[in-house]
Amino acid sequence: MIAGRLPQIAITLALLSLVAYLAIGAMPGDPISLAMMADPRLGPADVARMRALHGLDQPLLARWWAWATGVLRGEFGYSRLFARPAAEVLWPALRGSLVLLGAALALAASLGVAAGMLAALRPRWRGAVNAVALLSQALPAFWLGILLIILFAVTLGWLPAGGSPEGGGFAEAARFLILPVATLAIAHLAAYARHTAASMAEVLQSPWITAARARGNPESRIAIRHALPNAAVPLLSILALDAGSLVSGALITETVFARPGMGKLLTDAVMGNDNNLALLALMLVAATTLLATLAADLAQRALDPRLAGRD
Amino acid sequence: MQMAPTHTASWGRRALVALLALLAAPPAGAQPRDTLTIGISQATGTFHPNIESMAAKSYILGFARRPLTGHGPDWLPLCLACETLPTIENGGVVLETTPDGKPGMRVTWRLRDDLRWGDGRPVTAEDMRFAWEAGRAFETGFGGAEFYRSAYEFLSDGPRSVTLRFDKRSFDAGSAEGFEPLPAHIDRAIWEADRRNYRSRTAYDTDTTNPGLWNGPYRVTAVQPGAGVTLERNEAWAGPAPTFRRINIRVVENSAALEAQLLAGQIDMVAGELGFSLDQAIALERRARNRFRFSYRPGLVWEHLDLRLDNPVLADIRVRQALMLAIDRPKITASLFDNRQPVAATAIHPDDPMLDRSLAPWPFDPARASALLEEAGWRPGPDGIRRNAEGARLAIDLQTTAGNRSRETVLQVIQGMWRAAGVEARIANQPPRVLFGETLSQRRFQGAVLYAWISSPENVPRTTLHSDEIPTAERNWSGQNYPGYRNPEMDALLEALPQELDAAKRRPLWARLQAMTHRDLPAIPLWHRAEPHVRPQWLDGVRPTGNMSPSSLWVTDWRVR
Repeated sequence: MIAGRLPQIAITLALLSLVAYLAIGAMPGDPISLAMMADPRLGPADVARMRALHGLDQPLLARWWAWATGVLRGEFGYSRLFARPAAEVLWPALRGSLVLLGAALALAASLGVAAGMLAALRPRWRGAVNAVALLSQALPAFWLGILLIILFAVTLGWLPAGGSPEGGGFAEAARFLILPVATLAIAHLAAYARHTAASMAEVLQSPWITAARARGNPESRIAIRHALPNAAVPLLSILALDAGSLVSGALITETVFARPGMGKLLTDAVMGNDNNLALLALMLVAATTLLATLAADLAQRALDPRLAGRD
Repeated sequence: MQMAPTHTASWGRRALVALLALLAAPPAGAQPRDTLTIGISQATGTFHPNIESMAAKSYILGFARRPLTGHGPDWLPLCLACETLPTIENGGVVLETTPDGKPGMRVTWRLRDDLRWGDGRPVTAEDMRFAWEAGRAFETGFGGAEFYRSAYEFLSDGPRSVTLRFDKRSFDAGSAEGFEPLPAHIDRAIWEADRRNYRSRTAYDTDTTNPGLWNGPYRVTAVQPGAGVTLERNEAWAGPAPTFRRINIRVVENSAALEAQLLAGQIDMVAGELGFSLDQAIALERRARNRFRFSYRPGLVWEHLDLRLDNPVLADIRVRQALMLAIDRPKITASLFDNRQPVAATAIHPDDPMLDRSLAPWPFDPARASALLEEAGWRPGPDGIRRNAEGARLAIDLQTTAGNRSRETVLQVIQGMWRAAGVEARIANQPPRVLFGETLSQRRFQGAVLYAWISSPENVPRTTLHSDEIPTAERNWSGQNYPGYRNPEMDALLEALPQELDAAKRRPLWARLQAMTHRDLPAIPLWHRAEPHVRPQWLDGVRPTGNMSPSSLWVTDWRVR
């Protein structure tokens, strides 16, 4: 399976890079047009010189080919916006997103799965869990983020309003993470809770669960050891899709909390005509999503041997 | 399944203790007063002073570098890295003839004796020579090359003497805008090794914390790309000692987040040069005037409506004047901007020494607007929109940058005011990248576009008013005369102005230029945008300049009360 999927992933990435390059290149305005607006001293000769310096006098396909062959050699180009190698700009943003979204997804998944199990195992809690899930889905992230900032940072002064710590170790870093992680986790929680509740409810009706009960297994053991692994199969698909968001970032949360991350970096790169950075970030997001989907498929097959024969 | 109560309780207690410890930790904003944290709303790319022009970079470099000259809060030119501003009177400027017989000039600056790079090496003429050579080698990729094209020879008769010979005469040659020392002992070798790629290999971007790059009161000690910069006192600085040991510049691009961090005490002040929008600062002042000091100074940003003069409707000067008279600008600035930004008579700033104060801004006069439109053949139709003899409606496309809330609001108000005058305005806003990258720069707009220009003191508006500066494909779309204004008298004025070295003789030329733009209205002037500076009650000495020399250049005057 892996041998068949990896070439597909490689071809998909190559095509995606071409489409993305052409799409970004076809957008109105190039870096020199914007530079002309910022600096009225630029005359026709300056414009021609700068277009040649940036390679913008070449056709789009030629520019893509130069970029793609450079990437294969490990040269990811130079970020126009940040005046640094694109890879050097990417890593801090990627690290920021991995930490923020990793913590948020871990929290959302664990709370969501626990809430879903509660709803499935204790029907009287179902209404409350559904209400919480509905509320968390309905709250816009930017509104919730601002609300949390006003309460915990501006009014109570307990937590930072945003940004990143300058030193201070783990404790300080964690203080800066609490509000954005809470904002994101609340937004993601609903999907895990609802899918877990539905999946668990279905699994708990299975004949082999009845058999387990008949054998005298306690309910907690049945839920954790027997029902949850089976109910987790569809959850893996959600996790795989969320893994893509680990590297694509959370634009709104990053913006509201002024945290460096992939969401904001990608938006800035596309809007700021920073092709090298935008393409590198896009490729990373696409590759992660495709590989995470592959990993989820493998995990599903491991959990459910019936899937092993299908392709 | 059995529970493990002891184990769970232990984990619960630990988690609770950890949470309380986190909450009890001192807030990030509680810093001693030897540190100042400033919020700005824009990140900077390169730190190289000559590559790309960005407000954020200019503000940050104001703490860490000294350009040759600048403009003070009084808008007069002054020396920063030199001893005396060269003039004809003091012998610093000498008129001469170029080797090929053209009128030229020779300008000499004497560098300050006490100016040193952060590694202790003195700033010398060699640093200026390197800057000149790199600028003259056009493959280097510096921005506007006109200065270097004109400065054809570099001379020096000592480590502190710098002379440039120019192949034309210009009243502002002594201020040498953009010509500043570059550390030859660090960057020259990099430049000589690969001139074409110098822009991506300069130590300013590959080794930004190298003390030898900085010659101001502070030096850059840490950079978080896109997030912030840390500056610490430059031990080699021989001028007045700055108050703060460290200055943190934090980039918070979202204005709500910037306000939250200010109110939460994470940042101490917000730079007026690139911080809050005016309406946001006014709203904040109403709520927090006891915590912060607010000051507003009209800056170089001039908001206006460019009119497409090739459009037959707008080609009629009576229509343009009527559109001007139909906008109640004082009412807009009063209701939207709390009267903080002055209504513009022309593009010339109210603090500019060449402002013609006898020229009053156009009034709001709907009756006169109506009369002018009648005279131009536009009479009210059944729906209130005017029509000409052929039955064509008086309709104008109105555009601005989508997402700019303030401009979008202004545009809607103008739309209503024009509607009252019988003019239909069709709003079609575009993202900045599209508007600036194509619609304006390639002159694809058909009606009016609301945006802003950034000027400078006594800035001759050649690029926006000269007929040679109308962007076309043949000239690579360079030039900023987007309306397509053509007037031989204006062209002659724009050519004569820079060459007139006597300020008293320049004044009538400037007056004529202002009178012509006031009458012809290639662009409808709106207002000079005010910069809102927000600083803590305990900070004194911050003097907004309102010009392109940022307030950070005078950081040594900043004091804790």
